[in-house]
Amino acid sequence: MAKTIIRRALQTIPVLLVVVTFTFVLTRMIPGDPAVIMLGPQASPDAIETMREKMGLNEPMLQQYVNYVLGVLQGDFGYSYSYNGAVMPIILSRLPSTLMITITGLVLAILVGIPIGVESAVKQNTAFDYIFMVLALVGVSMPIFWLGLMLVLTFSVNLGWLPVMGMGNIAKGAWDVISHMILPCLCLATIPAATFARITRSSMLESINADYVKALRSRGIKESVVIWKHAFKNALPPIVTVLGIQLAGAFAGAILTETIFSWPGLGTLIVNAVNGRDYALIQGVVLFSAVVFVFVNLIVDIVYMLINPKVSYEGGAR
Amino acid sequence: MAEQTTATTPEALSDAANLEMLKRERRANNAWHKLTRNKMAVVGLIIVAFMVFLAIFAPLISPYDPNSTDMSNMFAAPGQAGHLFGTDSYGRDLLSRIIYGARISIFIAIGGTIVGAIVGVLLGLVAGFFGGAIDSIIMRIMDGMMAFPFILLALILMTILGQGTQNVIIAIGVANVPNFARVVRGQVHVVKNEEYCNAERVIGASPARILFKHIFANAMSPVIVYFTLNIASAIISEAALSFLGLGVQPPTASWGAILSEGKSTLQTAPHIATISGIFILLTVLGFNLLGDGIRDVFDPKQKR
Repeated sequence: MAKTIIRRALQTIPVLLVVVTFTFVLTRMIPGDPAVIMLGPQASPDAIETMREKMGLNEPMLQQYVNYVLGVLQGDFGYSYSYNGAVMPIILSRLPSTLMITITGLVLAILVGIPIGVESAVKQNTAFDYIFMVLALVGVSMPIFWLGLMLVLTFSVNLGWLPVMGMGNIAKGAWDVISHMILPCLCLATIPAATFARITRSSMLESINADYVKALRSRGIKESVVIWKHAFKNALPPIVTVLGIQLAGAFAGAILTETIFSWPGLGTLIVNAVNGRDYALIQGVVLFSAVVFVFVNLIVDIVYMLINPKVSYEGGAR
Repeated sequence: MAEQTTATTPEALSDAANLEMLKRERRANNAWHKLTRNKMAVVGLIIVAFMVFLAIFAPLISPYDPNSTDMSNMFAAPGQAGHLFGTDSYGRDLLSRIIYGARISIFIAIGGTIVGAIVGVLLGLVAGFFGGAIDSIIMRIMDGMMAFPFILLALILMTILGQGTQNVIIAIGVANVPNFARVVRGQVHVVKNEEYCNAERVIGASPARILFKHIFANAMSPVIVYFTLNIASAIISEAALSFLGLGVQPPTASWGAILSEGKSTLQTAPHIATISGIFILLTVLGFNLLGDGIRDVFDPKQKR
């Protein structure tokens, strides 16, 4: 087991190398001269030349790449001109607010989606099953930004119950922050909840019809114990896989959700960076999110191995 | 593949009842009939057919020119002044824009999926068939690409390429490559050790022949399923890029562009965002239902 885990962990090294290289190449391909953008269009050619020299843009591409990789290894993600500071601290200062809504959203999705999936499987082909599976189908087909706009339209514009912009101020009490969080969290929770409901139902249907479940029932064990303790436990692996995918993909949803609700997290940061052509910042956020993705995936795979020892990682399964 | 029927020909049977039974069996095994027996898949098929119809015949169906402005009729509510879906901030007819938007959005979604499929399928075939170092290199690159959140990768690609319909197709296509490569590679691993591939090897067929004639053909069914489901997510991707202001160029009407305009006028004219979003939702739903239906036909075991 330990050996497989180590082997799986070692697989991340080439992937990380590809990620760093990709980030470097992609950012270099963005049109425009970073020095010009940093100094503004009125800057003199001399000033631009000095800045290019200072930023290391005059060195050969390979040298720039090596410098970049060495910098990244030391936690140096570059300098953002629009925020006037090192990229890494900016990212870290935005990270908590993104985690706040993505984690809450995901927990909400699990708490709603999984019980609905289990109930739908238990009550297969009843009205409950049909209604929730149609809802789940609509849920997975929904564009998250449209959902966000509809939430704003309903709860802020029409009903006037909840605020739309920003994250509130903790000085005005906890409710101010919570009320600002409700809509973004609902927005982020809906689609994963629908996905959880669907995968839980299909996985539960398989385990519920297995012989050992019949055997447990015939022994007169309480139905809730049979369902939740035994059938659910065996239905878990695909649900964990989906959880991993959702966890890793949460940032994509955050980009769009934060844009709608002007939530000051990493999502708005990257959109601002792209619009302002802040190369170092774009590079930093892209690399950061990709590295987080790689590690989240690693953790999910290890958890998966622990709960389901049948899985072998000869050359990577999934 | 799916069209396979019993080997006996009708001529071989003298009995009329047997002939009837054979016909029925053929129908039951026919992929199209399997698909149309699935109610959900039929609903999906109808939705998709309707949207594709809108897209193809847009100039014939649209009541107005999608780009002609009417400053005396801005923000008309649905049903007002002869505009079924109302008008937008330039007084343009929303219904006509949505019909033309179907054209752009579906075109981009299918185009992007085709680009991703062609490159991804080739890479997946090569990786799965040759294995070893080639496989490792290709798949680690794919893993690396997959580490970037899809929308982020597409966002950066749009920044590099610049706005425009063609570039949206390329961005969505490139971002889709790793998924197709993975699906195909996994399937090649299953197929390449089948008896008929070994038989080909024994009689001395070239690797290219085995790869393209046998493995390719037999690895296609999950690709078709994934292709259909991917069109659904590509429609959302197009809309997301346009929503972030990095999609098609105005005044081109795509569903995402219309929705993005609707965001800024959410308070004064909520119908713009609402209606355009409903069309996106319906179309995505349609492709999802169809994709699920096709999967059930190819792989009845995985029925949900």
